[in-house]
Amino acid sequence: MRPIPTDRGDCPFDPPTGMADEALGKVRLATGDDVWLVARHHLVRQVLADTRFSSELDGGLRGVPLHAVRPEPGMFIQMDPPEHTRLRRMLTGRFTVQRMNRLRPQIEQIVADQLDVLEQQPRPADLVANFALPIPSLVICELLGVPYEDRQEFQHAAALLVDLTGSPEELEAGMLRLGEYLLELIARKRAEPGEGLIDELLDSGLRDEELVGIAVVSLIAGHETTANMLGLGTLALLQHPEQLALVRQSPETARTAVDELLRYLSIIDTVMLRRASIDLELDGQVIPEGDFVSCSLASANRDPALLERPGELDVTRPKTPHVAFGFGPHQCLGQNLARLEMEIAYPALFRRLPKLRLAVPLSEVPFKKDVAVYGVHRLEVEW
Amino acid sequence: MVITVDQGRCASSGQCVLSAPQVFAQDEEDGRVVLLDEQATGQQVRRAATGCPTQAIRLA
Repeated sequence: MRPIPTDRGDCPFDPPTGMADEALGKVRLATGDDVWLVARHHLVRQVLADTRFSSELDGGLRGVPLHAVRPEPGMFIQMDPPEHTRLRRMLTGRFTVQRMNRLRPQIEQIVADQLDVLEQQPRPADLVANFALPIPSLVICELLGVPYEDRQEFQHAAALLVDLTGSPEELEAGMLRLGEYLLELIARKRAEPGEGLIDELLDSGLRDEELVGIAVVSLIAGHETTANMLGLGTLALLQHPEQLALVRQSPETARTAVDELLRYLSIIDTVMLRRASIDLELDGQVIPEGDFVSCSLASANRDPALLERPGELDVTRPKTPHVAFGFGPHQCLGQNLARLEMEIAYPALFRRLPKLRLAVPLSEVPFKKDVAVYGVHRLEVEW
Repeated sequence: MVITVDQGRCASSGQCVLSAPQVFAQDEEDGRVVLLDEQATGQQVRRAATGCPTQAIRLA
């Protein structure tokens, strides 16, 4: 059995070499599990749109931490319809394009404050710790309605959870601590409601455990992902200075750049698995009931059938139907929030620090290998 | 050409609103697609239909 490719070759922005060698074939994961790997845009869309490729994995895999733990109440990313639909519909109204745009002033303020923090650092400074990580964390606090005085506590508990270098025990401890904090926050909000997603859901009939699950999913889905896009995206633009200049100058290009960076970097590649709930036909082959299917979103996003010059970063490209946020009924609920954060943060950074540059050679940048969401651990910059 | 939308399939991703804001909106309550102009045509509309993650937008 061919192992799933993990080596990115010369360009750190390219998908692992060989990921797209076969449109559909079996590969072995590092855990020893054998799965089907889907690596074409139209096939990835076909799998993710079809809920007979179930999101309820029921364990069954050896070593994927997120799936190894039994789904908690409210963790709708691991559910199928109709339960998934019930929970998701309670949230979708809170994540519309219109609603997200109303958060713009708060996000602009968070970004400006964080740029103040970054500017006060001794140089070279780490852009990840001082810019990329805190921005999405603070935005999630804003979204959920975490009170200002609790933000340190929340950010600390969140950091424990997203630091995937920790042991399973540390991960478990982080999850417990965050869960306890959220239960206590919900109790306080029941006594004295304020503003935020949690407050709006207090009367929705959801149990407290489900509310905690929803808050934790929002955090896991919205924190490290956006942080890695801010870090890796900045690095990609620093390596393409003429495109960086366009992002700095034109608000319209800053918008198109976000989707192009999402497509080009595809920081979530083969993470979200599906399980065939019955024998299913795909690309002329039968996927037997119970087999696991992994979709390579990075391969789909560089499929020559999707767009011309797929391996090139071009921030002026019209938006393509990329699958960086997934596809189908589970497609990222927070995608319009993520887009807004990036659309605000990239140009703000390049305007505040017009001489921003990498402080170390590209070969010395520590890339996140073997973790679920691709990115950089640190990004030492000068300006 | 007439546009039809299937609210039962809609996952409220908002992709259509990003592609064609004059033609599609999202319900304030649950974010599901609201069709503003069923006669609209053009590249933006086609892009919205292709980009919909649950194929809830039909052009006929």
